[in-house]
Amino acid sequence: MSKTKDISLTVNGEVLTANVPVRMNLVDFLRHEAGLTGSHVGCEHGVCGACTIEVNSDTVRGCLMLAVQADGATVTTIEGLADSGRSAALIAAFTRRNALQCGFCTPGMLASAIAYVEGGGIADKQAIRDHISGNYCRCTGYQSVVDAIHDVVTEGASA
Amino acid sequence: MKAPDFDYLRPGTLAEAIAILSEHEGEAQPLAGGQSLMPMMNFRVAAPAVLVDLSALSELRGITRTDTSVRIGAMTRYRELADWANICTDLPLIAVALPHIAHDAIRNRGTIGGSLALADAAAEMPALMLALGATIELMGPNGTRHVPADDFFQGFYDTACEADELIVAVDIPLAPEAKFGFHELVQRHGDYAMAGVAIKATSLAPLSGLRIAFFGVSDRALRVPALEAALDGTSGDEAAIAAALPALEAIEFEGDLKVSAKTRAHYAGVALKRALAEMLA
Ligand SMILES: Cc1cc2nc3c(=O)[nH]c(=O)nc-3n(C[C@H](O)[C@H](O)[C@H](O)COP(=O)(O)OP(=O)(O)OC[C@H]3O[C@@H](n4cnc5c(N)ncnc54)[C@H](O)[C@@H]3O)c2cc1C
Ligand code: FES
Ligand code: FES
Repeated sequence: MSKTKDISLTVNGEVLTANVPVRMNLVDFLRHEAGLTGSHVGCEHGVCGACTIEVNSDTVRGCLMLAVQADGATVTTIEGLADSGRSAALIAAFTRRNALQCGFCTPGMLASAIAYVEGGGIADKQAIRDHISGNYCRCTGYQSVVDAIHDVVTEGASA
Repeated sequence: MKAPDFDYLRPGTLAEAIAILSEHEGEAQPLAGGQSLMPMMNFRVAAPAVLVDLSALSELRGITRTDTSVRIGAMTRYRELADWANICTDLPLIAVALPHIAHDAIRNRGTIGGSLALADAAAEMPALMLALGATIELMGPNGTRHVPADDFFQGFYDTACEADELIVAVDIPLAPEAKFGFHELVQRHGDYAMAGVAIKATSLAPLSGLRIAFFGVSDRALRVPALEAALDGTSGDEAAIAAALPALEAIEFEGDLKVSAKTRAHYAGVALKRALAEMLA
């Protein structure tokens, strides 16, 4: 048995191979080994949502997955979501609505919001609140975040 | 914090996984969705020497329906359950409860087997299995055992599943005529419940065939036979509930930082009233 393992995964469209300690969290791998510091690390126990990323098209907690579990997976971080334009409408709405102050929660908030918008979420503020209930923001009080997501859902519906 | 070091194994078959668990006698722990085990390891409440990743075990996957029951593989994620084509028609109680379990990103990884093996007192899934009269299928070095949910949850994070056994699947009897109720009180959507209840009834007028399971009230999910008996044969109206509520005293309510035992006892009654009212509406 070995306490490190070789992994190969696709991150934001690029194939990465690495030898990682088995105890390394996926989000730590992305930040420290892949240099993708957009995903943040707050609580390391799944509560704050700052580390939310996409693995095989599903949003997950980057702190509750080991890097070895992502062997063979396709991972998209907030950098990838921005580069592909998938977060463009939300970023514009977050800016317009002042939906961030310190910005610590924002990458995770955007990742969760994209899942809501792309998953066919409806323009209902309570439903939006329920959806982002797993993402903590210690600055905004959520109102502006909910408004921003609501804007994008509404724009999408009228576009 | 980060998890302490461990060896990581990803067996390809169920037999291999069980052999590893037996060989390491309590030092090895299965990893399913990791949505409880990883936080516990990061907190260093759990420190397995060997982590046995179950993700490659096809024997633990899939939902199969027969004429009489639905068999759900232990590694079925909440998300996969929610996406199952028959969830609303065949397992309406689970369909109603699923959105209350944690958050989207957690439901994308958390599994039914992991929730039942953990047996958190405030988790929804154990109570759902009690209300539905499910059977839990275990596999260990000596073969397969089938344990009724009523005998499975034995105490604070304690179940009938031994350290060298794995939950393979759960079997839920189909009950097309039955009616279901569910209600939980939480501080925030997706939180663990401060008190909650899941109900199955074979008929509503009068109430009969009741299975009422509470969660978030004591050391485990549980049914209260005296409460079910007191409501059986009644209309479930306010007077009937008021007459039955003293039966809740059989529960040893637990208090924590969020809610005192006394408040929990009150909340359990509130959850019951609301769930019944919705069923009977
Ligand atoms: C922020 C947050 C909020 C949450 N809110 C809720 C909530 O509201 N309600 C709720 O019910 N849960 C909640 N959870 C917990 C979540 O539901 C977990 O997914 C679930 O409890 C465990 O499932 P898992 O597949 O992730 O198991 P893991 O975390 O991988 O494992 C849990 C335990 O079960 C054992 N195990 C796993 N699979 C098997 C098996 N097949 N056989 C034997 N043993 C096994 C493991 O060794 C471990 O001890 C929350 C989690 C987080 C992080
Ligand atoms: S760092 Fe992962 S949820 Fe907080
Ligand atoms: S903007 Fe500071 S935590 Fe959300």
